[in-house]
Amino acid sequence: MDLILVNLIDGLVTGLLLFMLSAGLTLIFSMMGVLNFAHASFYMLGAYFAYQISIALGFWMGLLIAPLIVGVLGAGVERYGLRRVHKYGHVPELIFTFGLALLIEELVQFIWGKNQMPYNVPDILNFTAFAISGAAIPAYKIFMIFVSVAIFIGLLFVLTKTRVGMIIQAALSYPRTVEALGHNVPLIFMGVFGVGTALAGVAGVIAGPVLGTFPGMAFVLGSIVFVTIVIGGLGSLWGALVASLLIGWITTFAKSYNIEMENILNGLGISTPENLDESIFRDLWSLTSPQIADILPYILMVLILIFRPAGLFGKRST
Amino acid sequence: MSQFDPDTDLPKGARPKEQITTDPSRPSERMQFRPLMIAVAPWVIASAALLMLPLVFTNNSALTIMNQMSITIVFALAYNMLLGQGGMLSFGHAVYAGVGGFACMHIMNMSDFFASFPLVILPLFGGLFGMGLAMIVGAFSTRSAGTVFAMISLGVGELIAACSVIIVAFFGGEGGVSGDRTYAQPFFGVEFLQQIEVYYLTAAWVVLSALLMYLWSRTPVGRMANAVRDNPERAEFLGYSSRWVRFYSFVASGFFAGVSGGLFAINYEILTEENLNTASSGVILLVTFLGGVGFFFGPIIGAVVFTLVQTVLSLQTELWAFYAGSLFLATVMFFPGGLAGLIMMHVPAFKMGRARLLIVPYLRTLLPAAIGILGLAALVEMMFHFRHAATGDNEMTLFWTTFDSHAILPWIIAGAITLIGLGIARATAPSLKDAWNSANTAPASQTVKGGAA
Repeated sequence: MDLILVNLIDGLVTGLLLFMLSAGLTLIFSMMGVLNFAHASFYMLGAYFAYQISIALGFWMGLLIAPLIVGVLGAGVERYGLRRVHKYGHVPELIFTFGLALLIEELVQFIWGKNQMPYNVPDILNFTAFAISGAAIPAYKIFMIFVSVAIFIGLLFVLTKTRVGMIIQAALSYPRTVEALGHNVPLIFMGVFGVGTALAGVAGVIAGPVLGTFPGMAFVLGSIVFVTIVIGGLGSLWGALVASLLIGWITTFAKSYNIEMENILNGLGISTPENLDESIFRDLWSLTSPQIADILPYILMVLILIFRPAGLFGKRST
Repeated sequence: MSQFDPDTDLPKGARPKEQITTDPSRPSERMQFRPLMIAVAPWVIASAALLMLPLVFTNNSALTIMNQMSITIVFALAYNMLLGQGGMLSFGHAVYAGVGGFACMHIMNMSDFFASFPLVILPLFGGLFGMGLAMIVGAFSTRSAGTVFAMISLGVGELIAACSVIIVAFFGGEGGVSGDRTYAQPFFGVEFLQQIEVYYLTAAWVVLSALLMYLWSRTPVGRMANAVRDNPERAEFLGYSSRWVRFYSFVASGFFAGVSGGLFAINYEILTEENLNTASSGVILLVTFLGGVGFFFGPIIGAVVFTLVQTVLSLQTELWAFYAGSLFLATVMFFPGGLAGLIMMHVPAFKMGRARLLIVPYLRTLLPAAIGILGLAALVEMMFHFRHAATGDNEMTLFWTTFDSHAILPWIIAGAITLIGLGIARATAPSLKDAWNSANTAPASQTVKGGAA
């Protein structure tokens, strides 16, 4: 029971972190109709910028400034890169973001080198918040949960209750009408792209100290973020939230409970072969859930795409 | 979701008018019967070139590069069957090449079976296994093109790449699977002990697969793949199932990807997880797009250029991936037709016999631009050395000159070269544009004859 609670908290942290990335990505998708492969790269840039700033000005200034820089960079990418490629069609757009992801990784290696950066949890948050039957929950995890929830509520409030949010929503579905009403739609698009990448930057700033700040961090999380928004349904904010939490919990539980394939198969009434080492299915028999925890989201995505191509909360298939 | 494209003011998915209609006064050019000589000539020339190349570049490292090039050519052409001809963007195509290669390695290790046939036909088995996997995956992934296809290909690619660490029996885990090609039945006395023999085997397979892929693109199935790429709805109205058309392209592409995997197995005699992970899939996308997806020969150019960049540049600098990435991004942004598109842009000027008008303006702009880019690369290298070299190691060698990277003078020189080179290129660019326009405008007399629009 206690283990379940600890895992629930861990999964929540992972899920909310994923959500901060997928929320921006899904907003950008509903706007441009294209998946931004470089989204996780902005997350990585957030972590690196925050590390660089934290050396000089401390963690909190990093949390404040780094996302702003990332957002400005993202807006620049939209203005001078994507908008130019947009006229060639969707596939070149997708390829552009893919190439950008590669380039940003090379750039980060160029500037900061290949090793992990010593970007650590700030001292003020480096204590144990509480313990559940011996399992310590660090205060930083609670801090991460609070930041992500605050961002989600803020995003929801801005999008649904404010005038700016109304105009954004209208521009997503009827850009020409909104333009005819006198709003600058390309500017709105650029702004949404900037805010989306800034969100990824925030995620990078707070995830950098726990998950490690290294050049591969975008790659590790990058494809999982796509999986998340595909499972949730492209363009759906609620879908992104549900899918993020789902993936967070599935992977956490699969990692902490060692479920063995042998037990499952035995439970189904199939007995273990005598000479397991020579059987061609020996790898299947020795499979355990921690081994496959990282590929569970992909299996889930392929299944979702086969049986419900619109995703859990999506309204249409693309 | 926006209904209208902000740039063209057309409903999304619609194409500008001039692309749909063809000039009714001219017969369709593509279906014209061409004299056999012209159709066969490129293939004969290419085969002859492949035969002669080892006589020109005799050392072993050149042979290795050429083998690598040939394998990449087959893989890139197979990939372009999807991307260029079928309009399907795959992020996990290395899987089919990898699985074909692994299957070939296992056949190599089955000594009795392997000894019963010559090595020459081994890539065929790789192709069949690649095709088999493509049939399984294609059964559900080709239902739609676009984003869903791309995401399924990414998911399946990640799945199989992850399986390579879990299913040790087939993928050999971290160490991979290795074998020995020489145990096959001798082929007319050749046992493929030497690199040059492997080169000719690979070259023969390259010509054969390229020819088959070209002929495939001329069959009705290959033609329908283009139609489905451009307008699936219209193809459906004509009575073709766009799903099946996609499936056929996908399976054929899987076959040739598997062949390239088999060639890899013969060449290197080892396959590892690296052959099927997402990074390899990304590289093949890069190669194909760099070469140009719009023309059949595009991926060939891409494979040749990329392999040269990879092998030659990576010997010179640690930053080759950074340069390759920049080149790729520049291609997507400025020349979406790739290198092949760049070459084919000059065809009208050549046909009008006015291409020579371009030579001098090109020299005036591109030469300074190249020098400026080299200067920029020098700055990048110096910055890299400045940041990452061991402390006290201030000497670096660049363009055959050794200097102190912490001194100010080299920085000034490199900066000045960059600024002057790019400045001249920028100043002469308008005159190049004028020259380009005049070279592509027919003189008045020809305009009347051609009945121009």
